[in-house]
Amino acid sequence: MNRFFSRKSKDDLVVDSVAVCVTLIIFALVALPLIYVISSSLSDPTEVLTGRVTFYPRNFTLDGYKRIFEYDPIWIGYRNTIIYTVLGTTVNLLVTLPCAYALSRRDLLGRGFFTFLFTFTMFFNGGLIPTYLLIKQLGMLNTIWAMVLPPACSMWNVIIARTYFQTSIPDELREAAVMDGCSNTRLFLSIILPLAKPIVMVLALFYSVGHWNTFFNALIYLSDTNKMPLQIFLRNILLLDQMVDLLGMDSESSAYLMFLIRLKESMKYGIIVVSTLPLLILSVVMQKFFVKGLMIGAVKG
Amino acid sequence: MRNTLSRTFRRIGRNYELYLFLLPALLYFLIFCYGPMYGVQIAFKDFRAGMTIEQSPFVGLKYFRRFVNGPNFWVLLRNTLLLSSGTLFIGFPLSVCWALVLNEVPFPRMKKTAQVVSYLPHFISTVVMASMIIIFLNSNYGLINRAIGLIGLGPYDFMTVGRWFPAIYVIAEIWQETGWSAIIYISALSGIDPELHEAATIDGASRLQRILHINIPGILPTIIIMFIMASGRVMSVGFEKVFLLQNNLNLPFSEIVSTYVYKVGLLQVQYSFSAAVGLFNAVINFILLLTVNGISRKLNGNGLW
Repeated sequence: MNRFFSRKSKDDLVVDSVAVCVTLIIFALVALPLIYVISSSLSDPTEVLTGRVTFYPRNFTLDGYKRIFEYDPIWIGYRNTIIYTVLGTTVNLLVTLPCAYALSRRDLLGRGFFTFLFTFTMFFNGGLIPTYLLIKQLGMLNTIWAMVLPPACSMWNVIIARTYFQTSIPDELREAAVMDGCSNTRLFLSIILPLAKPIVMVLALFYSVGHWNTFFNALIYLSDTNKMPLQIFLRNILLLDQMVDLLGMDSESSAYLMFLIRLKESMKYGIIVVSTLPLLILSVVMQKFFVKGLMIGAVKG
Repeated sequence: MRNTLSRTFRRIGRNYELYLFLLPALLYFLIFCYGPMYGVQIAFKDFRAGMTIEQSPFVGLKYFRRFVNGPNFWVLLRNTLLLSSGTLFIGFPLSVCWALVLNEVPFPRMKKTAQVVSYLPHFISTVVMASMIIIFLNSNYGLINRAIGLIGLGPYDFMTVGRWFPAIYVIAEIWQETGWSAIIYISALSGIDPELHEAATIDGASRLQRILHINIPGILPTIIIMFIMASGRVMSVGFEKVFLLQNNLNLPFSEIVSTYVYKVGLLQVQYSFSAAVGLFNAVINFILLLTVNGISRKLNGNGLW
């Protein structure tokens, strides 16, 4: 290959520099808003609210974060979200992986039928009201199951995993194992799954991001405040401006009140950081699996 | 006959475990996906709380008529289509372009970093995203107003003017999803045989020509599949984000079919009417999917099935 690229032509340089410039611009457009949020969360509230903060903290302070750590609702939400995410993702994987493996087997009778039956759900659904009525009828309203079971499986992810099983695990492995009298269950658990680690990681990430960010299901299915996930509390704080107990309205001095209002405004940035950073870190750590997992899904949609 | 039957049973019996593997998913799809599809018949009935679906009297298309003839039908449709077509016709091509550009970056480190950073916003939750939009558009200290203030414009109170809403939504959607949607094209690009590029280079093709005649045709099947899938979601644009960004002032432009279904159905408890609206939405989505898939198969043989 190098033979062809060793002498860069003028036309090559043009394409290179255009690509680099566009990439730098996009990079800035995505990164700057994120940097702005982080630097605001570390700045003095007055500086934030008078519009003096740009892309580095001004009058550096950790006050906002200190307040956030003392603000209980966030941590109730955090705890619930972690429970829903761990339990939900476990259920997701237990349902998705065996199903995907079964559908990847060409010798499964009725494979086409099941694939069609499941795929149809990607393109057509009963809609919000019938789903809500069903959950209600099943007695799952205001229980953890309403957060875990309705999104228990997504055919999109089944397809990604199925394609992975089909394309990256040689059929000879199965034949050899069957020859040695290995049952399908053992084959799946001790041969296939260890080889499918990248796709298991990708699915685990996809599903857990979904659970972590779930907002609407909690809004319609849950009613107890102490069962609410993080996103509901975030909405109350960030969008509905409910931080009453934090503000301590009994304070007399209006200057102090103004200070609290400013603090609350700037706490929003810290709350964004605290609630989002874990996922962003996770997604960077897992990034080497994405291309692999998604590529195989992409080859045959 | 008997022989084939017993062969069939033997085949099933030998793989009985595989059916057990399928069982959880089968139960899930039957209960949580086909269950609501059975329940959607309340759209044709007068369903009230305390009645079962079967007991409710059949009213035919009453609720569909009420919706289509209702005063806000065209507004809802217009708003929904403005948001979804903006995302589809601007956001979709941009993610393909982003993949093509990134593929040409000559420095691997830079390429990788830019790719990762560009898809990070995908992991930001809708709630946080909505509040970021509101913070950035704030008329006092928001970054956007400060930026346009530098060239002597504004400040505008963007969130209170309905007309801005489609643009705000589409731009935010592009910011959040372009990098993520590009991953699939980037991986498709990495699957293109390098020999094609070598051969074209020997024949004197320029970089631009190779992009146009090798890279784009190479990822075209993926683009088509993704486009068909997206066209089947036109009517169900990001419900959560729209819902969270709504306020009384931008409602004339931000009320879309799915937020309307939520409000009428769950807040005003008009189950049947709301189910009819939801079904109307789902059917349009499905028809669009079938149409685009059909056209694509006719034109170039690529389709979902």
